[in-house]
Amino acid sequence: MFSVEQSCWFIRKVICWRAAASVAWAVLLLPPSIAVFVIISRVSLLHPIQWISECVSLLTSATAIFSFILLCGVVLIVGFLNLEYYTVIPSIACSKIALLGQLLHPRQFVSSLVHCILGVIVAWCCAVTIGGRYQTLGYPCTQADGSPQLCLNEYQVILLLAGAFVGYCHSVLGVIHNMNYVSFHTVQQYKYLRFKGSLPLVVKCSAIQALYSVRNYLVVYFFLGYVPRTWICKTLNLQLNSSLHPLDTIAGLLDFSLLYHLWISGTFLLFTWYITLLLFRIFVTEVYSFPVQSSFTEDVHQCLPKVLTGQQPAILKFLALHDLALLSQHSPSRRSEVFSLSQPGGHPHNWNAISQECLSLLADLTQRLVAHHDTVATNGRAKSLSTGSDKKSLSSESSVTSGTEDVMTPRPSVLIKTPASVFLRSSVGSPLTVPFTPDLDSPFSSPALRRLAGPVEQCSPWHGTVQSPHIMRRGPKLWSTSTDSQANSLPSSPAPVPSPTPAASKPSLLAQFLQNRKEQVKNFLAKRVLIMYLLNKLPEASSQALFADTQSHIWALEGLSYLVKASFSEDQFGVVQTTLPSILSSMLVLQEAVDRHFKLPHASSKPVRSTSSMEDSSYKTLRFALRATLKTAIYRITTTFGEHLNAVQMSAEHQKRLQQFLEYKE
Amino acid sequence: MCSLALFPPPLPCGQATLCETNNELLSRSASEDCLKQSSPLSLYFPRESLKPHSRTESSSKAAFLDHCETLWMRSAAAWRDAGLTGLLNEIANSSAEVPKWLSVSSGCVLALLQRISSFHGSLFPHLTVRQMLINYCFTRSDCAVRAFAWHPHTDKFAVALLDDSIKIYNPKSATAPTLKHRLQRSVAAVQWKPLCASALAVACQNCLLVWHVDPCSLSTRPSSGCAQVLSHPGHSPVTSIAWSPSGSFLVSASPMDTNMMVWDVAAESCVPLQRVGGGGVTFLSWSPDGSHVLASTPAALFRVWETRMWTCERWPCLKGRCQSGCWSPDGSRLLFTVQGETVIYALTFTDTPGIPSNTKGPKAAAVVADLSETTFNTPGGDIVVGGEIQSLAWDPRGERLAVLLKGDPQARDRPAMIAVFKTRTSPIFELLPCGFVQGEPGTEPRLMQFHPNFQHGALLTVCWSNGRITHVPFYFLSAGMARHGLGGSPPQPRPEERPADYINQTLYTELTT
Repeated sequence: MFSVEQSCWFIRKVICWRAAASVAWAVLLLPPSIAVFVIISRVSLLHPIQWISECVSLLTSATAIFSFILLCGVVLIVGFLNLEYYTVIPSIACSKIALLGQLLHPRQFVSSLVHCILGVIVAWCCAVTIGGRYQTLGYPCTQADGSPQLCLNEYQVILLLAGAFVGYCHSVLGVIHNMNYVSFHTVQQYKYLRFKGSLPLVVKCSAIQALYSVRNYLVVYFFLGYVPRTWICKTLNLQLNSSLHPLDTIAGLLDFSLLYHLWISGTFLLFTWYITLLLFRIFVTEVYSFPVQSSFTEDVHQCLPKVLTGQQPAILKFLALHDLALLSQHSPSRRSEVFSLSQPGGHPHNWNAISQECLSLLADLTQRLVAHHDTVATNGRAKSLSTGSDKKSLSSESSVTSGTEDVMTPRPSVLIKTPASVFLRSSVGSPLTVPFTPDLDSPFSSPALRRLAGPVEQCSPWHGTVQSPHIMRRGPKLWSTSTDSQANSLPSSPAPVPSPTPAASKPSLLAQFLQNRKEQVKNFLAKRVLIMYLLNKLPEASSQALFADTQSHIWALEGLSYLVKASFSEDQFGVVQTTLPSILSSMLVLQEAVDRHFKLPHASSKPVRSTSSMEDSSYKTLRFALRATLKTAIYRITTTFGEHLNAVQMSAEHQKRLQQFLEYKE
Repeated sequence: MCSLALFPPPLPCGQATLCETNNELLSRSASEDCLKQSSPLSLYFPRESLKPHSRTESSSKAAFLDHCETLWMRSAAAWRDAGLTGLLNEIANSSAEVPKWLSVSSGCVLALLQRISSFHGSLFPHLTVRQMLINYCFTRSDCAVRAFAWHPHTDKFAVALLDDSIKIYNPKSATAPTLKHRLQRSVAAVQWKPLCASALAVACQNCLLVWHVDPCSLSTRPSSGCAQVLSHPGHSPVTSIAWSPSGSFLVSASPMDTNMMVWDVAAESCVPLQRVGGGGVTFLSWSPDGSHVLASTPAALFRVWETRMWTCERWPCLKGRCQSGCWSPDGSRLLFTVQGETVIYALTFTDTPGIPSNTKGPKAAAVVADLSETTFNTPGGDIVVGGEIQSLAWDPRGERLAVLLKGDPQARDRPAMIAVFKTRTSPIFELLPCGFVQGEPGTEPRLMQFHPNFQHGALLTVCWSNGRITHVPFYFLSAGMARHGLGGSPPQPRPEERPADYINQTLYTELTT
């Protein structure tokens, strides 16, 4: 299909190359980091000359080259995992059980396993490099009876297991902290400068993280260390040297040189992986300049209007919106292409496509916010599906749709009509089961889990946007299954029982029944403390999840407002004027919805202080950025047009609201 | 090139400048002026009206009963307040409670630290310059007004006072909110966020505060919950801030920190920008078109950052550090002054914004005005005007340039003064003399800023050393109505021209066709 082809084009030609370049740079950075590791691991201040000469001879030895090749392989695999697991829309778990579900997911399990193995490999390289007592797994020793035997070298075992543990921790923390989330920076910098700026942070983070991981590892090893030790002895037919202290005792673990080497190895391991991740983030989020229009028909699918309106992949859409925001700000020549008319016919196709896409994004967000507000307003419970209330919410949102209806023409759906995709769309479109409305009672409504439903799932937020609001509203009646069909592995889940038959005929009755059932199950479960602990919503998470993909809306707002501002002097044919009323009204409606959202009791009014770690926590502050951008965008238009805005056809309510902005009273 | 010799002589003693109309500066006697303070925006903050300058913690301690805290509590408090040095000091001073070895060793470490820091200062002499500069910034205590900022779109302004409070005046509302915050100490600069009605950034001792003052609110004391606190370790004291004209970023700088911070205020995240050399940033100015930022350092070096990809050009000055600078309204020309020199330099940036490949600016700066000392004969005796330049301000239409000359506070015949130039950009860039702006006798101008959108010309707001804030209007018809837009685009939108009735004469005719 068309869109599949297109996504292939972008992934194949751009993203893959960017990922490859990032891995190449990570490999190039390996030798210096290995050298630093060698120097630090063999530090002996008392014999500096011997120290340096040992390091040099080690770095040129065959083992070093072999470990370098191994580490290259590790970096390659880590880079591949980055490419495979990255996302531009973070998956935010709204309750403990959802987080647990994410952690136990097979995909995540594979990732953890691979990270464990990679950790062991890196730890082996470290052991070989450090040398000395860590060098080999077995060594010849004499037993009490005097017979020569191969004994187990516990020092290497503890180092290898530490590698596995740190690797596992990295993978688990990656899920908890959304390490695979790739954010776009608002401040543009060249790649080298950005890398240079982040390098100290990477070193600091890997050292601190390694410290914590090693501490936890030592506790685990103290209690459970004998298990792997005996197992290795059994499998490899090695003996334990009884003349030495076993390491899982306090005396054995209080060996400072051992602790230092564990920490150094863990730091090195995390450093190489973090560097790979950092380079991947920097390369993937680099600005890509799409042509606004092309004179060759075969390149048309690569042009900005087509790319914007396409559905997948999400990274393509994000980069296109980013490019739109930048071109509207900085590039008069490309702006003039946006405002231009098509050559035969004289239609402003470029502007229409761009503005409609941006407006439908904004309308989508507005709708999501209103739906979320409605759910929360009914005391956190999902509203009953009765048609009456649905109508009511429709009428309350009539202002939402009125402004945007003319631009929200239904577009040909590009989805493959598999049951999964139908289910997806319905889940996205319905106002009650909005994907990022985590206040639904299902703890499984997190996007991460919906991701399992199918490969198209990755860009789910875009699926809903193609529908006009009326079609989207019909969603819940047809498919009230919501997002839980994949969750039926857990029968005790309080989620609504998936109804296999379309409930269109008698939606209210069936829904009532389901609602009652749900309440019963909930009441039953509420008495179990542990379950309530698991099901309780994490604070902030619902708000964060609601705005998880808001970076796109921010760019849409910026792009639109800058284009409208520029149109005041640059738009020769007046193409922008036709859409100005709908742009203004959709912004005002969104502004109202955002204001209402921030007045909700659970929504904190200030961003949380971000800690400095490799975790990219910018998704936590997106909603604040959206609020500020929205206000600035409206002001940008009102200051440019000034009194002329009074001539724009709008509803009286919006006129009044706009007047507030004109008087700088917002 | 324009020099002060071409200026009309300064006013005789006792006269204050009122306004410019019909191409000349009008004045009236200062006493009369004081009586006729009719304008609601002319303010007077005598020093005596303010509370004594924010007492330090120790002085307020005396008012309370001595409370015996445990050593741990005191150490923690000392650590919080003054860091490692404070902690060591506390331990060394309370030798009665701690083991002897601890107090002795902390005393030794303290001495060592002091030795190292003095050594550090002798290694990097510009650090001491910085310290002097900071002292200068914070000890202009003779003036009750610390900082002043007009709102970029409406007729309201914020005044930071010596007692670390900020007042917001709006002629349309009766309330004048006072902003106070625990962290709002030693305010060095305030600036309103463009394209926003409410956000005010404040550069404080240890952090940046961004106040959100609801313009419709009737509260006179917005709570400190309305303020966002932005801080970054090592980034203090913040002495200069600049909002991007699009309202998306806030840049902050400190003379003690080599990093310049670009803040995304809504997300409270920052990107440090660092380049080798200079050590610290003393002055920031964002060009009105948003494409460049001027950042001067305490060394003889300043940088011009290009804001799209945040790369910079280095401009080493020959003599001293860059003292002040201002941008022309279209962002194409930068005027700056250098400490120790009495001339104004100009740099021209002709690149089209947005194309990073050819952001090569000019190769050398040109001298556009000479402000060396000039003696005027006035009825009250000779007055020497000129010398070093403290700050520059250019009106938003690019027609008037105000230059604050330092003068010599000791010598009576060398007052600090504001010289105002008329500027024109075509056919060549030129500065023409306009006149001197003077206040009441015995007062010196401290701060000045042009009103961002005054309809009848330009409005210069001056904060005087006696705590008075006055506004000097310059009535003229804008000569630059047909401004040279980029690529022959239609003229920029601007508010309707409603000149005062008595102005019937344009100053300049446009020479280009």
